[in-house]
Amino acid sequence: MGRPRVGRYNPATHRAYDALNRLLRAFLACLILAAAGAAQAQLTIEITGSGGNQIPIAIVPFQGEAQLQARLSDVIEGDLARSGRFRTLYTGGQSLNEASSVDLAAWRSRTADALVVGGVYPAAGGRYDVRFRLYDVVKQQSLGGVAYTIAPQQARATAHRIADFIYEKLTGDKGVFSTRIAYVVKTGPRFQLQIADADGANPQIAMTSNEPIMSPNWAPDGTRIAYVSFEAQKPVVYVHNLATGQRQAVANFRGSNSAPAWSPDGRNLAVVLSREGGSQLFVMNADGSNVRRLTSSTAIDTEPFFSPDGQWIYFTSDRGGAPQIYRIAVSGGGVQRVTFDGGYNASPRLSPDGKILAFVQRNAGRFQVTAMDLASRQTQVLTDGARDESPSFAPNGKMILYATEVGGRGVLAATSSDGRVKQRLSVPAADVREPAWGPAPAN
Amino acid sequence: MKRIVAVMALAALVAACSSTPDSEQAPASVEDRTGGKPSTTDVKPITPTVIPGTQFSDPARDPRLKDPNNVLSKRSVYFDFDSDAIKPEYVPVVEAHAAFLRQYKNAKMLIQGNADERGSREYNLGLGQRRADALKKRLVLLGAQESQVESVSLGEEKPVCTDHAEDCYAKNRRDDMLYGHEF
Repeated sequence: MGRPRVGRYNPATHRAYDALNRLLRAFLACLILAAAGAAQAQLTIEITGSGGNQIPIAIVPFQGEAQLQARLSDVIEGDLARSGRFRTLYTGGQSLNEASSVDLAAWRSRTADALVVGGVYPAAGGRYDVRFRLYDVVKQQSLGGVAYTIAPQQARATAHRIADFIYEKLTGDKGVFSTRIAYVVKTGPRFQLQIADADGANPQIAMTSNEPIMSPNWAPDGTRIAYVSFEAQKPVVYVHNLATGQRQAVANFRGSNSAPAWSPDGRNLAVVLSREGGSQLFVMNADGSNVRRLTSSTAIDTEPFFSPDGQWIYFTSDRGGAPQIYRIAVSGGGVQRVTFDGGYNASPRLSPDGKILAFVQRNAGRFQVTAMDLASRQTQVLTDGARDESPSFAPNGKMILYATEVGGRGVLAATSSDGRVKQRLSVPAADVREPAWGPAPAN
Repeated sequence: MKRIVAVMALAALVAACSSTPDSEQAPASVEDRTGGKPSTTDVKPITPTVIPGTQFSDPARDPRLKDPNNVLSKRSVYFDFDSDAIKPEYVPVVEAHAAFLRQYKNAKMLIQGNADERGSREYNLGLGQRRADALKKRLVLLGAQESQVESVSLGEEKPVCTDHAEDCYAKNRRDDMLYGHEF
């Protein structure tokens, strides 16, 4: 999909509008998403918990948005509501666009803290101009807007970009609505590696196999995914180019090959190989060349994860008798233990700023996603399932995607890094597992 | 389940022994591709089929591998929780396959280790690898060539039983032995 062209435009003057009813529309948007999902077997997303201090925001349907394949205002509302940091307000049949004069005092009286208005206009060559403006209703000022010229099929992508703009302006954090997620769907004996938009829409099948697929991991530039496939009756690490669909077995040594993790510069892969006995960490070039051993233990050393500065590899090891998280300098040398509490800590993943370590901890026989603030060493259990696994940070570090089980079926779930906001993502009649949140798209 | 397997293995062992009382007389020789070192479990006389144009017999055509009454048809070794120790009841099975690998020096074996579903998938892959390595080590100690045996792990990815219960977990904590023509 081509990227929408982006430009700036000038705001227009305000004008009056009618009274509003207060009603959450996120629920409606969710139903629409769910209906669409059932037809396409895509992920449907259910918000199962919400944060405090949500920002009340009114998103007026964009004038002329019915011309597009997706209603922009619905997609934006869904994005913002799912983040758990917004409460969307009913806008009651308003007809406004980015050039309209808006009475911000009146919107304030309807409890909105923010207002979004916009329009969709036919442009040359079957394309459309999309323009919007975001207002801070409390401060009674414009926070800016963007104009895009898009092809009709770019409607959803454009709505996600608008949601990213709103999210960043109002929360100070980067939005992740334009990102993608990878996950494995098991339907009967069939396994598929799928890629979807972060809201579960637009699922694409990257690979289908009759043998298991596990541990998908995005290259930092988002063009490739490394994963483990069992199609050769043993685990082999592949790197799959999403644009071309071509793939390469980068670790197919005697024994098992697994747990690929990209270095932040995308040049290296850390992997676990058993070719020299046991399960040990190795680092190789991303094309599989120049394999060098990193750990030398008689234990299981696995689940490598590079720190964002590229200096450390965090990993799981049972060298102390039970799985705990350790780290080793990428240049080699001594190993430092990171987790000490509990008898089972595994699957380390660092937040993009390197400050939070998410991992899976066993508590009274239940496996739950836990976060450790690396500076203070304080930990917080974020999830309450019995089989929560495979945590994956959003590129803004605010959400963690993970796999869990509901009613005997694998589903994906997401929690905010503080554990307050929860979402669940499921595909009807299938097991979903092994989520990996993709990187932020290059701008 | 474990007990049933053990009983069947023992039954096969006893049956095999009684049918070939003179197996101890077989000469032991490194070059002997048809017999190898005598073993109480490697006793049914067979006529190996030599692969045309080679000096090797074809292990795939050895009927013992598929004979339910022969210990060589037993391919699974089960483990206790968090353990890679080969339990005594599986020693006859392991010894029989070691003897088979000694007999057919051209035979290749893939050991697939498995783990129950609890905990991290990649760590479970490591647990399965540890079990596969343990069985390989035992086979090599019993005379198989290191190059004949590849030990790999399927982790928790290919369970034979999917209930969240201990009797199910026990079935999944397992090594499977496959010969080269079987995968």
